[in-house]
Amino acid sequence: MNIFLQQIVNGLVQGSVYALVALGYTMVYGILGLINFAHGEVVMVGAMLSLSSLGLLLGWDVSPLLALPLSVIIAMVGCMALGYGIERVAYRPLRHAPRLAPLITAIGISILLQNLAMMIWGRGYHPFPVLFANTTHSFAGAIISDVQIAIVVLAVLIMAGLMTVVHHTRLGRSMRAVAENQHAAQLMGVDINRVISLTFMLGSALAAIAGLMVSANYGLAHYYMGFLLGLKAFTAAVLGGIGNLRGAMLGGLLLGLIESLGAGYIGDLTGGFLGSNYQDVFAFFVLIAVLVFRPSGLLGERIAERA
Amino acid sequence: MNHTPPTIRGEPVEPLLQLSGISKSFGGLNALSDVNLHIRRGEIYGLIGPNGAGKTTLFNVITGLYQASAGQFEFNGHRYQTGKPHVLAQAGIARTFQNIRLFANLSALENVMIGRHVRTRAGVFGALLRNRKTRAEEQAISQRAQELLRYVGLARSAHTLAKHLSYGEQRRLEIARALATEPLLLALDEPAAGMNATETASLQTLLQSIRETGITVLLIEHDVKLVMGLCDRVAVLDYGKKIAEDVPHKVRNHPAVIAAYLGVGDD
Amino acid sequence: MQNALKNPRLLLWLMFAALVLLPFITDALLGRGWVRIVDFAMLYIMLALGLNIVVGYAGLLDLGYIAFFAVGAYCYALTGSPHLALAFPTLFPDGIHLSFLIVLPLAALLAGGFGVLLGAPTLRLRGDYLAIVTLGFGEIIRIFLNNLNAPLNLTNGPQGISRIDPISVAGVSLNSTQNILGITLPSVHLYFYLFLACTALVVLISHRLERSRIGRAWMAIREDEIAATAMGINTRNLKLLAFAMGAMFGGMSGALFAGFQGFVSPESFSLMESVMVLCMVVLGGMGNITGVILGGIVLALLPEILRHSVVPIQQSLFGKTLIDPESLRMLLFGFALIVVMLYRPAGLWPSRLRRRELQTDEAAETI
Repeated sequence: MNIFLQQIVNGLVQGSVYALVALGYTMVYGILGLINFAHGEVVMVGAMLSLSSLGLLLGWDVSPLLALPLSVIIAMVGCMALGYGIERVAYRPLRHAPRLAPLITAIGISILLQNLAMMIWGRGYHPFPVLFANTTHSFAGAIISDVQIAIVVLAVLIMAGLMTVVHHTRLGRSMRAVAENQHAAQLMGVDINRVISLTFMLGSALAAIAGLMVSANYGLAHYYMGFLLGLKAFTAAVLGGIGNLRGAMLGGLLLGLIESLGAGYIGDLTGGFLGSNYQDVFAFFVLIAVLVFRPSGLLGERIAERA
Repeated sequence: MNHTPPTIRGEPVEPLLQLSGISKSFGGLNALSDVNLHIRRGEIYGLIGPNGAGKTTLFNVITGLYQASAGQFEFNGHRYQTGKPHVLAQAGIARTFQNIRLFANLSALENVMIGRHVRTRAGVFGALLRNRKTRAEEQAISQRAQELLRYVGLARSAHTLAKHLSYGEQRRLEIARALATEPLLLALDEPAAGMNATETASLQTLLQSIRETGITVLLIEHDVKLVMGLCDRVAVLDYGKKIAEDVPHKVRNHPAVIAAYLGVGDD
Repeated sequence: MQNALKNPRLLLWLMFAALVLLPFITDALLGRGWVRIVDFAMLYIMLALGLNIVVGYAGLLDLGYIAFFAVGAYCYALTGSPHLALAFPTLFPDGIHLSFLIVLPLAALLAGGFGVLLGAPTLRLRGDYLAIVTLGFGEIIRIFLNNLNAPLNLTNGPQGISRIDPISVAGVSLNSTQNILGITLPSVHLYFYLFLACTALVVLISHRLERSRIGRAWMAIREDEIAATAMGINTRNLKLLAFAMGAMFGGMSGALFAGFQGFVSPESFSLMESVMVLCMVVLGGMGNITGVILGGIVLALLPEILRHSVVPIQQSLFGKTLIDPESLRMLLFGFALIVVMLYRPAGLWPSRLRRRELQTDEAAETI
């Protein structure tokens, strides 16, 4: 087995998920200049909703071919409502408040969602049901499963779709206008509140799909999964240049690769002192390194502090 | 004020601020190109121009908020790098903001006391030990702040939170806060914006009295009448370039200026 | 009584007397377990006051504050237990066992050092970055504490470090019962007085900083960073100073915690603890010492109160426990953060200046 290639495959799969979640951070940041701390929890809720509805549908003997897309839709709708609600409750009333205020309400929302999820779905792990025979393929010494292929393909399709929306639709134009200059956009007749709400909903829909992907990839979901995932996806967004959609995709993939290669080789690099259980640490060091050396990220142009 | 102006007005002396070849671009867009100007000690210098001419950009370069893409910046006989507001404040440039930026949840007195930061020294140990030196300094800070509040006519509002002051009071508080840093150059960004005629008149009196204490004043203003009535010299910017610089009545009749204002229109 | 309240000096003495008697009163009314709870509340108050410097004065959101508490706690645990003998048998055959008076400042300095390391790259950026970096830092510290047990056993992993020396002051171990002038002082009482002294110190430091040139500069940064730098304030250095000072208080209370509990494990330093301390600061009123202390007391006692009320109430109402007190507490925290920021951003206990303002507003309205 080719370990290097295997780590690349794992990294790309994980990275596609990061990219989808990172898009949510970056879209909101681009428009509001604000980090949506609760985004990771939206991913978690998406995973939980899709798992629950999947279980329910399978229990009613709905065919897996139908149950899977249905549960995705249920999760997306649920998360869009959630995203809309978060913006209305925690961000909109504080749009002109000091910076600290929306950060704190966002933390409040995160805590609330996490604990509500724990009360609804319990503390345990929820297994992802086996829907299809998950065959694995082997090429050049690396193994990749159907689920992993599906994740990457789906992620690429969604990202392509998102780029189309942003660059070729009326909503996309309004989003870019608001991101460029809220005031001017308003004068040009753009309904800012509507655009912001839609942006949150779009990001949350992506988060729902990402949530399903994560649980499919690992075969489980739990109430605490949003925290680290959110942190890493945010890192991916910063790595690519926060506010920049292509940057989020690039950052997500890169972070996935860094993590998986790092975890694969950290033992060799440190002479066995640190092991793969430090995998979660890489994202953090990547974040610090980016902030020190290139705060605008790989593709970002905007300076960190807006006057 | 502690420093007296070393100038005799009208005579060519070493300028207080000298900008040579200042340019500033934002991602390929040239907001300022090759601006040269000097501000003499003790004068009131006006900066006008149509909307989008680069006045605010130039102002932000002068006060350190923006880093110039090119050019030299000389203040009070020293060269400075642009883009470091706290260094320029230390050097003696104080500013106000077009859209008032006070410390909203602090009292008027505290706002002005913060202005004294750059001219005082007490550090953590001074604060913790609260020795005689620190106490004396605190006393002096508070006293000077109260004097300045009185000077701008806000003595009675010393303990009011800045955000609860009226608009005109907030503008005056910003000036008091800037004066507290003992500036050589006081840079005012549209101080008369949103003021009625009475308030503008009293602002004019205040600025004249500030100049009489020896402080040089830089003024960006939309109110051309105010600029013409108050300033010793006026520079006109258009499309990021200085198109004229002279005494007000000459600037008024300068063909390039007339063209700029008629061509683009002023609001 | 009215006169007493008007005389600030007398009021201060009354408060002092009440505090001195507090462990005895608590012991008599509620039992010794509650004295222990009060001791823990004091630690939380110290933590909250430390975080208040960062969040309340300088307006920097630190979401991994508990990591500095962890640094202090492990600093004391490693130097005050036989554990290091496992990692370095030849160097420290019995561990180090430094005196408490040396370890306390050491823990504070170490935590402060971590604060500088973390703050230096992030503090020149926007506040949100700091929030998320500190969030990550809190998690990283926990991952390291959990995993640094192999191949070299530094932290003993998830099991944590036990057999930590009790704190001893002037040769007197606080893990013993002392008799002073015929009054019996059990261990929890002794710790109470130590913590009281430390809290008093932290309050004094906070109070003096608040009314100093440094404190004003912090508040200027909190209110408007751009205006602050235009006033000549070196925002980067001052933010770093606030961050380091907050971290030092965290490290100090961490060391006290380790000595008091005699045992530390990574479990005590989860994100939820950071959120709880943040809640204390926000709920009480950011930047206001009295408010933060009140917030600390309320939230430190809340879990105990919930533990004693939620389960019995639910049992009697529904016959079973639907919500365990722990989740209810976190729900309340999340809820409180949102509601306070939306409806009462100055906290439940507004500062004196705010109160004076409110009064003048009311007076103006009645005229």
